Amino acid sequence: MSPERARELLAAVAGVTVGDGLAPVVAHVPAAAWQTVAAFAKDTLGCTFFSFVTAIDWKADGLEVVAWVDNLDTKLSVQLRTKLGPGNSVCPSLVPVYRGANWMEREGFDMFGLQFTGHPDLRRILLADDWEGHPLLKSYAVDTPHPPYR
Amino acid sequence: MADVRALDYAGSERLTMNMGPQHPSAHGVFRAILTLEGETVVGVDAVIGYLHRCHEKLAETLAYVQYPSIASKTDYVAAMSSELAYVMAAERIGQFEVPKRAQYLRVLVNELQRIASHCLWLGTWCMDMGGALGGGATIFLYCIRERELVLDLFESLVGARLLYGFHQVGGVRYDLPAGWIAQCRTTIELIEQRLNEYESMLEDNPFFTMRTKGVGVISSELARDVGVSGPLLRASGVDFDLRRAQPYSSYEDFEFRVPVETAGDCHARYLVRMVEFREAIRIVRQVLDGLPEGPISSRPGVKSLAQVKVPKGEAYARVEGPRGEVGCYLVADGTNKPYRMKWRGASFSNLAILPHILPGVSVADVVAIMGSVDPVFGEVDR
Repeated sequence: MSPERARELLAAVAGVTVGDGLAPVVAHVPAAAWQTVAAFAKDTLGCTFFSFVTAIDWKADGLEVVAWVDNLDTKLSVQLRTKLGPGNSVCPSLVPVYRGANWMEREGFDMFGLQFTGHPDLRRILLADDWEGHPLLKSYAVDTPHPPYR
Repeated sequence: MADVRALDYAGSERLTMNMGPQHPSAHGVFRAILTLEGETVVGVDAVIGYLHRCHEKLAETLAYVQYPSIASKTDYVAAMSSELAYVMAAERIGQFEVPKRAQYLRVLVNELQRIASHCLWLGTWCMDMGGALGGGATIFLYCIRERELVLDLFESLVGARLLYGFHQVGGVRYDLPAGWIAQCRTTIELIEQRLNEYESMLEDNPFFTMRTKGVGVISSELARDVGVSGPLLRASGVDFDLRRAQPYSSYEDFEFRVPVETAGDCHARYLVRMVEFREAIRIVRQVLDGLPEGPISSRPGVKSLAQVKVPKGEAYARVEGPRGEVGCYLVADGTNKPYRMKWRGASFSNLAILPHILPGVSVADVVAIMGSVDPVFGEVDR
């Protein structure tokens, strides 16, 4: 599976727009198709290696979820991106497709408050259970006080 | 799903046992809540985050010239590889040149780091498996002795033994001091001989074989699905090494072998790492033989915080660290600080394999398996 071919195939999927580059092949996906496009990348493009899933807070434009998967045999990298839109933090979970998404989506929930629907065990992972707020949101000041600590 | 809360508690024979947060085999702070039936693990809930320092938020507040020395603190026993991932991401977005000599020096320190890190892994792992190895502390002290020699090299190069700040955007900060190359050659020669000693201590030892062969098997399909990388992935039969698949920092100039084992158990992971030891030594020799002359950085030494500005854009840079794929996903907005930075820690993804492979093994094997995964909790928790 060459990157050129993978880009063609992804571009043909309904709702998906592809970026210019080939390393990685970037696919902008509507949130509703997030899981099906990931399954397409895994089954059709052979991207069986799960590298990471994370998010970016674009302030007024809302959150964007970014996932990166690889086909280790043909050295194809695919980046999947979905914009959730302002004020929205609900995104379908990738756990049914990639088991590696489990801990990383918990981190996304912990740090961004992302609600991954279909995640089997969505709770905080790095911060304590009673932590208030989601630190990687841009609205969360780096010096937010946490009584009794400063 | 091997989550404790999903299990049926109706039986009265099950015992919940806390392994950690202060358990010597965790090599850090890690708590595994094990559900046991007799001696057999039937469920595990891994609790991490004790060492969380919010590196990703911190990186948004620190300039590109400041963060590389903080990046060392993610994986503190292989600080060179995380520094390299960070500066490579910034260089990729800004398309900054890196002189050939700097690229070679980066390879040199990263391979020495692999040797040091694998020394620590072998020593601590054998100590975890303990007395059965005829006094497991022996090999621990041997390995630490050799690791110290590598740290001596780093000390005379950078001035620090553990957390370096050696890399900077555009190159490296220090050139080799006088006499360093000779010292390095002596050290790697010695370590190469000592590797034979370790192997003769371990490989004929029936206890070692019994405790590692067939224990903690990871299938190649599971390894890819969870995102396990590095020696674990290669021990599960996947022939993949970032240094060869996507060469960075002139790795294409060097000859080395990528070991692959198919058993997927603790013993296979041991075999892979032992070959990596020798291949790292081989790469170090090639660097020393072919080190080009020239500048060590394309940019001047750091004088001000605004010195490095990275144009708008994003990049994902990944390096083959001792534990696997260390990735840095960087989003730049044109200022002197990143807009967003994500660490893809090798240990994080490797540790995430535990809930999939621990159910069904005995408590004693948990220790052997965890040691063979070689997690560093600074990198897991970031």
